[in-house]
Amino acid sequence: MEYNDTQHKAVKEFLYKIADDQLIIGHRNSEWTGLGPMVEEDIAFSSIAQDKIGQSLHVYEILHSMGEADADTIAFTRNAAHYKCSHLVEHPIGEYDFSLMRNFLFNHAEHLRFEMLASSSISQLAFLAKKYKGEIKYHTMHSNTWIKQLGLANEESHARMQTALNETFNLALGIFEESEFALMLNEMNAFEGERALQEMWFETITPLLESASLKIPSISLLQPAYGGRKGYHTEYLQPLLDEMGAVFRLDPEAEW
Amino acid sequence: MRFITLVNITRQDILKALDEVMDPEIPTISVVDLGIIRKVEIGDDCSVKITITPTFSGCPAIKTMENMVMDKLIEMGVTNSEVITTFEEPWNTNMISPKGIEGLKKHGLAPPEKHNGLVQIEILEKVKCPHCGSRNTTLKTPFGPTLCRSMHYCNECLNAFEQFKPVD
Repeated sequence: MEYNDTQHKAVKEFLYKIADDQLIIGHRNSEWTGLGPMVEEDIAFSSIAQDKIGQSLHVYEILHSMGEADADTIAFTRNAAHYKCSHLVEHPIGEYDFSLMRNFLFNHAEHLRFEMLASSSISQLAFLAKKYKGEIKYHTMHSNTWIKQLGLANEESHARMQTALNETFNLALGIFEESEFALMLNEMNAFEGERALQEMWFETITPLLESASLKIPSISLLQPAYGGRKGYHTEYLQPLLDEMGAVFRLDPEAEW
Repeated sequence: MRFITLVNITRQDILKALDEVMDPEIPTISVVDLGIIRKVEIGDDCSVKITITPTFSGCPAIKTMENMVMDKLIEMGVTNSEVITTFEEPWNTNMISPKGIEGLKKHGLAPPEKHNGLVQIEILEKVKCPHCGSRNTTLKTPFGPTLCRSMHYCNECLNAFEQFKPVD
């Protein structure tokens, strides 16, 4: 598909948003490697991290084919203001309940997004979406299992999961910050829109949280954590980027 | 080393040669049987273009496999070749050949069950034990030592085992 200048810009912004979310939550998940509460969880978080970082790579490669720098340069040399990720993914890993709840809310949004994108007019992205949704199915399975187990296990685990939900919910709403190009992407049949995605997401997670006896905070009373998609980030992103890119920046020309 | 007159090289010759290129992590299954070789194109000038697709998008072995395929072509005497990786026809576990399924078993892995295009997560429960054949097994975790494997436990023969997990 041939894009005019504005369409080109719209598609690039959209791809950055998707890939940046995946890279940053992938990096955060990898921080559990060696620290997981039991070996299976250590492996689960590490595998999910590997999936998400691998997935971001192929989206960055589409951007490269559209004239952006190569994937490593894109990932390791931009500063926070040039990242388009949501605040949800930037936060430190916290306690395990926080990381589990963040993944639960993120994975479902991500899975539904790629289901929608499987028929996107951005054909390279549609190929990836078909592939990714099969992989992310294992991520949502992992999240669903733990949300339910810990939601129902005992008073302490329930209280901790409820607190984690209360802390992450407005951050998760920030995933769905609408782009200035929303209408254009919709008209191009590239992406239906964040609002439609948020509605599907809410319908999906509601019964799962209810079956775990967790109470969903009232959306109307919450201020969604917007800003990430426009380059305004939490204080946590820049230190993460500094650490993530430290080795690359030592010698960007190095052969690996 | 086989000698093939390059003028007459066929798709079959190439697939036969690539059947000797084994998965770097599971040495009992070839890249052909794994189903990741999606296209073999031979140009009028006898140049060869191979299209491969990764099992998992985060698979760290894909570059290695590209190089192994390229090395095999060079060994055959094909000097003008290209190996590309795309997702146009994404891989799924139904693409593993019957010989490939046997190869997985030989490595001690339970093969993925065939699916109808959509993997229901329930098929991860009650996977057939590769040691004793029982289905009285329990899924321990859907994540294993590599992205493509899940971990299980057999309640009959009391062995832990891994499955090459189904993906749609």
